[in-house]
Amino acid sequence: MVEIDWYLALSAILFTIGALGVLIRRNAVVVLMCIELMLNAVNISLVSFASYHGDITGQILVFFSLSVAAAEAVVGLAIIIAIFRNNLSVDITRINLLRW
Amino acid sequence: MDYLYDLNTFLPATIMAAAGLVAILMAAYKARIGNIFNFTIVALVMALAVSIRDLFGPDGTAFFDMIAYGGTAAFGAFLVTLGTLFCVVISRDYLEAIDHHYREVYAMILFGSTGMVGLAVSNDLIMLFLGVETMSICLYVLAGLIKGEKIGAESALKYVLLGAFSTGFLLYGIALIYGATGATSYAVVAGAAEATPLFLAGTALLLVGFFFKISAVPFHMWTPDVYQGTPTTLTAYFATASKAASFIALVLVLSRMIPEIEGVELTQLLQVIAILTMIVGNLIALVQDNVKRMLAYSSIAHAGYILVGLAAGTPEGYTGVLYYLFAYTIMNIGAFGVIAYYERNHALDFTDVHNYAGLGYKFPVMGVLLSVFLFSLIGIPPFVGFLGKYYVFAAAVNAGLVTLAVIGVLASAASVFYYLRVMVYLYFREPHKEYQLVRPGALFKYSLILLGILTLWYGIEPIFPTDSLIELISTYY
Amino acid sequence: MDLSTALVCLIIGLPLAGFFINGVLGLISSSYRENKPLIGTIANVAVFAPFLIALYLFFNHSADASAVVVTLFTWIDVGTLTVDIAYRIDQLSLLMVLVVTGVGAFIHLYSIGYMGHDPGYWKFFAYLNLFIFAMLNLVMGNNLLLLFLGWEGVGLCSYLLIGFWYKDMAKSDAAKKAFIYNRVGDFAFLIGMFMVFQTVGSLDFDVILGNLEAFSSEYLFWIGLLFFIGATGKSAQIPLFVWLPDAMAGPTSVSALIHAATMVTSGIYLITRLSEMYVLSPEVMLIVSVIGGLTAIVAATIALTQNDIKRVLAYSTVSQLGYMFLALGAGGFTAAMFHVVTHAFFKACLFLGSGSVIHTMEHVGEKLKKEGKEVDFDPQDIRFMGGLRKSMPSTYKTFLIATIAIAGIPPLAGFFSKDEILMHAFSAGLGEYAGSLYMILWGVGIATAFLTAFYMFRLTFSTFHGKFKLPEKVKEASGAESHLHESPVSMTLPLWVLAVASVIGGFMGIPNFVVETFTGQTANINLLHPWLDTIAADYPIVMGKAVEWLLMGLAVAIAAGAVWIAWKMYGEGRVEESDAVVTAKTGVFYKVWQEKYNFDEFYEALVVRPVVRFSDRVLAVFDMKVVDGFVNAVGGTVRLFGSLIRYVQSGVISSYALYLVIGVILVMAMMLS
Repeated sequence: MVEIDWYLALSAILFTIGALGVLIRRNAVVVLMCIELMLNAVNISLVSFASYHGDITGQILVFFSLSVAAAEAVVGLAIIIAIFRNNLSVDITRINLLRW
Repeated sequence: MDYLYDLNTFLPATIMAAAGLVAILMAAYKARIGNIFNFTIVALVMALAVSIRDLFGPDGTAFFDMIAYGGTAAFGAFLVTLGTLFCVVISRDYLEAIDHHYREVYAMILFGSTGMVGLAVSNDLIMLFLGVETMSICLYVLAGLIKGEKIGAESALKYVLLGAFSTGFLLYGIALIYGATGATSYAVVAGAAEATPLFLAGTALLLVGFFFKISAVPFHMWTPDVYQGTPTTLTAYFATASKAASFIALVLVLSRMIPEIEGVELTQLLQVIAILTMIVGNLIALVQDNVKRMLAYSSIAHAGYILVGLAAGTPEGYTGVLYYLFAYTIMNIGAFGVIAYYERNHALDFTDVHNYAGLGYKFPVMGVLLSVFLFSLIGIPPFVGFLGKYYVFAAAVNAGLVTLAVIGVLASAASVFYYLRVMVYLYFREPHKEYQLVRPGALFKYSLILLGILTLWYGIEPIFPTDSLIELISTYY
Repeated sequence: MDLSTALVCLIIGLPLAGFFINGVLGLISSSYRENKPLIGTIANVAVFAPFLIALYLFFNHSADASAVVVTLFTWIDVGTLTVDIAYRIDQLSLLMVLVVTGVGAFIHLYSIGYMGHDPGYWKFFAYLNLFIFAMLNLVMGNNLLLLFLGWEGVGLCSYLLIGFWYKDMAKSDAAKKAFIYNRVGDFAFLIGMFMVFQTVGSLDFDVILGNLEAFSSEYLFWIGLLFFIGATGKSAQIPLFVWLPDAMAGPTSVSALIHAATMVTSGIYLITRLSEMYVLSPEVMLIVSVIGGLTAIVAATIALTQNDIKRVLAYSTVSQLGYMFLALGAGGFTAAMFHVVTHAFFKACLFLGSGSVIHTMEHVGEKLKKEGKEVDFDPQDIRFMGGLRKSMPSTYKTFLIATIAIAGIPPLAGFFSKDEILMHAFSAGLGEYAGSLYMILWGVGIATAFLTAFYMFRLTFSTFHGKFKLPEKVKEASGAESHLHESPVSMTLPLWVLAVASVIGGFMGIPNFVVETFTGQTANINLLHPWLDTIAADYPIVMGKAVEWLLMGLAVAIAAGAVWIAWKMYGEGRVEESDAVVTAKTGVFYKVWQEKYNFDEFYEALVVRPVVRFSDRVLAVFDMKVVDGFVNAVGGTVRLFGSLIRYVQSGVISSYALYLVIGVILVMAMMLS
């Protein structure tokens, strides 16, 4: 039996990697993937908490979270396509018309 | 029959969800866009009527404690529906004029508002999450409405990436709270929680999610860019309905989930965030030339004022927050509405304040209305914005947060400059060249006049006398 | 809601509604602005209807009935101060409401014709309705604050209407002058109000007058004096009267309504309302009388020398108002109110008549211009008039009737009211307190009566008798007399109504002794005294009947003598030649009168110029260098910060995300610490 701490640590590390990816990467698609990574990291936490508490609520929340992540990915990718059509690039550091 | 009863308590959102489904089908079958618009209006009026009924109804929880009804929650549903209705009413002419009048817009708005109502009435972290996400995904789509132009797509991209990013924190926060307490329902969480690091970290991340949605500094960065790139009437929708829903959900979380837990002290945090938000929002608004962007920063500043009421943490403070949200909804939709009207004449770039020169005389009613809304946003009596500010600042003073209130008053004094600047251009500058403005449509014009009247009327005669509002809120204590 | 509440709401609400309808629709709709018949109808209905309602209330209110107070809602409730929006129906307020709505209604009717060609027609009627609303608040308010609201409201409307043709700099200056002089008085009024509140803790009339013993004698003196100073502003008395002649810059119907019949009498109303308080302080009563008497004679002498038809009437108004204050100070509150009523009739009639004349003269000027004749003359100057009685019979007859009335020839209205005032002055002269002073004031009153009859007939004769002098004086204006014409019916009808009122208006106040002498028993023919008995704390008349007859005879003789002299000198309309005779006879005095006692120059030297100089040399510098410097420095610094931190908003998503993460760390740190 692996203790819950390990799951939580894994979740936290994955979450941090995802967050750092958002900060560092310049390709919008990769940024979106990093965000997915963050959400899934949280899912690990939720599942492990659910198991720890012997309660099913956390797992239900994971289902919602998965479907929300999917919907967000759909909308996000659609927008990235629109960006690509306008700019011929998905480099987020070069998308800064709106500023100041 | 319990489900029917529960559904009845959730009726405004139910109506909007059903209407949204019908609207998207109508769009799929290429119904005439005017019909979709009319259908949406009818549905929203029904939802508004129901939400007004609920204001005076009983309170409690439904759907296995997933949602609350009555009291603050009912006020939230009412505010969201009201804001949505007005935003839809002013949208048609504007979207038509800028050639982005898509059939799906109204369905998206209806779904978004369903999410907002869900958010505003949530009584469980799962419901909260679902509400936030239903709302946000619709807003991402709406932000990208002008997808063929660079700034439209850019604003949508910024919104979706940062929004999803903040969702990660929100969800993590929920997960940690769940981990600490083994529950997601507010009442159970409140009963089981102790001030463990796990719970505190969870609360912090949950609040981060909220701070992002209400655009508190330093989580506000997306706001000006998104507001600027979105069609103006939809910006009004973003700035009012979604913000009202988020704030009311925050009130519910703060008043129901966190208050009685020993060792959890939020006042300090809320104060710091409020001060930062008021100062940064106002300072940057001072130097904006783009009116839309100026209003975006001003909406950040307003979020700061509302946070003052939250920081007070008393029933009086929450009452002030609710009143402020009401005031903010009507005056801000009004201001964005007039700007949308000017912007329709897009032969000129009518979002630049320099092009507002002499505009107040072109179509006097609109100039007067914009002045009314701006005066109200400043917080000058006898407009509704003044009462809103008065209630939150008075609550802060009564809660002993005098410094905070003083900073708030100073910040709003600074705000006079950028609001009046618009009026100076409207009335005291000569226009650069001759042009004619199109006449506003009747529905558009009269709905704005109605908002103007409400702005004045509720500044003199407070809606929902504060006593009864306090009563509404006190039922939770 | 009971009947009286509903009626009061209508009386107050209709003019307000008229103001909003004409004001708002006129503001937003250009086609509505063109619809003059509709605008005029709405404005007139909004005044005629309250007049009829007031008549109904008047006839359903007996002389001994107590006041009906209609409380609509609580206006202010702060600490111990509670102020209701409450209106009072009693004998005094009903009398004033009748005057305001009655005279007001006919002046509204008149304005339809008079302002018919003005592009600001809608605005004019909106203002006029607003004025009626404010004036009704003034006379019906049940507390000092509501009265003050009306007081300020009429001041505002007066300002708006004097400066109605604001594109003319002189006219907008006149409006400002009126406003500023009134503010001086208002300030005193406010302090008086504070002192009242400090003493009795309420501003309701019932509470104030029911607790008079709570006031110390110093307070009675100061409150009385302060309210009187307020009244000198609004009712144009020395030292604040100089704004009224300039106020003639407004349209003539405004002069008739506001600056003759209603607003300027509000000071008299105020003092009568508080008469029970005033009689407790004989010193104030004396001051009121002295100021009133002085104003009466000063203004009358100035009126003698003026050639502008409206200015003569303006000074005459000031003089008559002085008369009323003379009566107030001598304990003749009812007499003063009586004169308010009769004066409203004949002075409104005179002003409207002068408006009719000016209207015609302007018309002549326009016609001549159309014929291509370059003429430049002042249509208000009586030296260009004369002989108008042939072409303007109605205007002439009504003007003459009103002149006879103001001159105090029996049995017209002015005679009775003026006689009662003189009687009170004489009676006070026989009293113990400052008797000799009151006796002098009585003499002043007699002298003023003489002057009044003289200058009024001078005005009438010069305007209507003799030959039309415009063609004689201005060569290019030959044939001008063919353009003279009578004004339309909408203008002459109000003239006739007011003329009839000037004839019969006095019969409500026939002195009882007149009848008693003949019948030998106690008579009750005077209607006004019993009507105001419960409110006006009049001094009793102490002389016997013989003396009263003697005084009356003297007054009539003086007036008749003045008319006779005026007839001899001006009967042929030779105004300039006869003025020369008067100048020669009076010598240096005439010069003083013509210079209007240099009041304006006095204020200019004593107040205006020092203030301007001080502002210019000290305050302006302070303002520019210190205040503006400070403000600009603060503003500049704030903006500098703003323009610096805006660049944090770089537009790059990664940096936004970074700030978000910094925020997360901040929040976490604060939560976990």
